[in-house]
Amino acid sequence: MSATVTGSLFVVSLVAALALAHRPFGDYMARVYGGTRHNVVERGVYRLVGVRADAEQRWPVYARSLLAFSAVSILFVYAMQRLQDRLWLSLGYPAVPDHVAWNTAVSFVTNTNWQAYSGESTMGYLVQMSALAVQNFVSAAAGMAVAIALVRGFARNRAGTIGNFWVDLVRGTVRVLLPIAFAGALVLVAGGVVQNLFWPHEVTTLTGGAQVVTGGPVASQEAIKELGTNGGGFYNTNSAHPFENPATWTNWFEILLLTVIPFSLPRTFGRMVGQVRQGYAIVAVMATIALASVVLTNVFELTSTATVPQAVGAAMEGKEVRFGVPGSATFAAATTLTSTGAVNSFHDSFTPFGGMMTLFNMMLGEVAPGGVGTGLYGMLVLAVITVFVAGLMVGRTPEYLGKRVGAREIKLASLYFLVTPVLVLVGTAVAMGNQAGLAAMLNGGPHGLSEILYAFTSASNNNGSAFGGVTVNTPWYDVALGLCMAFGRFLPIIFILALAGSLAAQAPVPESAGTLPTHRPQFVGMVVGVTLILVALTFLPSLALGPLAEGLS
Amino acid sequence: MERLPSWLRGHLAALRAVIVLTLLTGVLYPLAVTGVAQAFFGGRADGSLLSSGGRQVGSAVVGQSFTDQRGEPVRRYFQSRPSAAGYDMLATAASNLGPEDVVDTLPDPAGADDAAREGSRSLLTQVCARSAAIGRLEGVSGARPYCTPDGVGAVLKVFPATGTPTRAVSVNQACPAAPFLARYQGVAVECGRPGEDYAAGRTVPVRGSAPIPVVPADAVTASGSGLDPDISVAYARLQAPRVAGERGIALARVFTLIEEHTTGRGLGFMGEPAVNVLRLNLALDRG
Repeated sequence: MSATVTGSLFVVSLVAALALAHRPFGDYMARVYGGTRHNVVERGVYRLVGVRADAEQRWPVYARSLLAFSAVSILFVYAMQRLQDRLWLSLGYPAVPDHVAWNTAVSFVTNTNWQAYSGESTMGYLVQMSALAVQNFVSAAAGMAVAIALVRGFARNRAGTIGNFWVDLVRGTVRVLLPIAFAGALVLVAGGVVQNLFWPHEVTTLTGGAQVVTGGPVASQEAIKELGTNGGGFYNTNSAHPFENPATWTNWFEILLLTVIPFSLPRTFGRMVGQVRQGYAIVAVMATIALASVVLTNVFELTSTATVPQAVGAAMEGKEVRFGVPGSATFAAATTLTSTGAVNSFHDSFTPFGGMMTLFNMMLGEVAPGGVGTGLYGMLVLAVITVFVAGLMVGRTPEYLGKRVGAREIKLASLYFLVTPVLVLVGTAVAMGNQAGLAAMLNGGPHGLSEILYAFTSASNNNGSAFGGVTVNTPWYDVALGLCMAFGRFLPIIFILALAGSLAAQAPVPESAGTLPTHRPQFVGMVVGVTLILVALTFLPSLALGPLAEGLS
Repeated sequence: MERLPSWLRGHLAALRAVIVLTLLTGVLYPLAVTGVAQAFFGGRADGSLLSSGGRQVGSAVVGQSFTDQRGEPVRRYFQSRPSAAGYDMLATAASNLGPEDVVDTLPDPAGADDAAREGSRSLLTQVCARSAAIGRLEGVSGARPYCTPDGVGAVLKVFPATGTPTRAVSVNQACPAAPFLARYQGVAVECGRPGEDYAAGRTVPVRGSAPIPVVPADAVTASGSGLDPDISVAYARLQAPRVAGERGIALARVFTLIEEHTTGRGLGFMGEPAVNVLRLNLALDRG
């Protein structure tokens, strides 16, 4: 069979698996977040933490709880890295340098998992599993909590509160992430992913050379790294490494893990607002953009006219034989459409337009389907903006799900949207304007600009993948990208929670003849259009100077 | 505790939440996975290690070099793909070089620093050089599009950058090499002089007339992990005559072994067929 046929079947089988999981899993999550009962593990956690699980929070309290939890998490992860040489299982590695430790702490707490370090030669096993992997769970659960809070804003009427952050955090961790990660980790081990606590040991190869075989609790971290759309590899080469992704089918399974929650949450949303069809409309927008992007990335990677792929005969630089070009291109699209950032092939060596697609996917704001939670709330903001734009065009009252989109709502939505473009474009401009920034480029010309643009896009959108050639483990980049990750995560969250509070407080607007139906194909098309137009207007100039210039020259 | 200001109480709850969730997801969870994995999938959880003659020789899922101490290919073994990491599991890496990385920095003995004295090879030249070397090793043509016969990238820098050319330099061929092309649009092509800055010129890769390459794509490119355990079936078949000759066994026997150590696509459509090089070489050693 040709690569086109197998590549298409690969995508079709993933779509089928997601379509099967969408309904039962989305309904399950709606029950998890909507229920009033606490299970025995959760009751134990609430008692130890000292929170009243039945007390509802107003949005500022909800936001403060999340920010406090994240601030303490950053300090905790930072401290674990700085003290790793005095803790167990350090593998003899020294304390992580301060700027790298800061960058890594922010990176994992913000669900970015940008890696300014090389896993196998920097981090001991204890830091990996008890600091970094913990954030894989809780940063994902925090993102889902914010999305659920926004959904409650739409679902509730004349309410002062939007839920309890601690309850949402613990339920997401205990009832959604932990069981799937546990089962997923064992499936991965069956495929050949390692899971041990051995220290690296040397073997003599067949020709008499030496090779150090590394170990580690990899499968347990790999499963949640994909499921929580985190993306931080146990090893430097991430999901390309045979100990993280050893087989053709583990590759398929990892893509499924990293897309299953983001594609199921719209169902949860539909359930919680009591109109399942609204959830279908949202998932239709996500699927339309995602499919188009996956297909384009595959086409660009399979048919490039760039010099090196032409000389080679295929775009195989930075790709593994077992995955092939389609298995690599589909993974690359999936990891950048979500906020995962894991890589099974190296985007820096992609064809000009294939590499551009990974950049463009992130610039979309990671809403198709986006990260766990972040994708849903990002898409709901775009729906709100679409309702507003449509209202302006035809003179209808802008309302969504029975809530009026007034001045306060549209201000918050706009502020939400503007955060990442400002961080990306200002960050790139500052980097291009000083020596510390310019020194990081590996490739010259437009490709060099793409490397820097990619770094700031990835950090500000909390993706974490990289055009790997860029040398970012310098103090300047560690601090600059750390700030982009922190602002890119927490400013939007504050705007979302404020929006949730404002919506929850409203009285419902009764549906009238002037109400724009938001569950029909027409609305789906409009949201797709608004998303693409907003992103194109914002980022086209920078893309023209980077990948477009490279691909068209 | 109730007397503390509310913002501080919030942080205490946060601290306790971090500790409790760390115990749950950062200690209990990985240890539970390790316990079950070791009980049911011990070999795989430990890295799928392979033994030969009673000693461990590597992992079935991780590639290794089949070269001698000087880095030359050992002729009786199938060779792995090029690796940006040298198959070092403590420094896994990809090249990260881009698709239009075609211009070398020629080694300049009079250079100001080590980087200038050593020069650097573009991705295109690396591909061309690997192709030429494999062609010599296997006794086939190593020719490729965009490659010179001497195995570097066939790339001109043309001056001025726009308009009618007045000067053309084959930038990857250091003097006194004869340029791969005598004339370009009526201008004599010069060889590249180390240390000279050609950045202002227009980059023109020249496709040339090379047919479809004999040396397969995976043989001339570095993998993403730097640890690729596999090669394509085409690359294995290309190496088969050499291995059969060195070992004095029938070519048909080697082809059979290649087939036995080829992993098909998962479920018939996932990924690409791949030949596990270490397993294949171990099978050859067993005879």
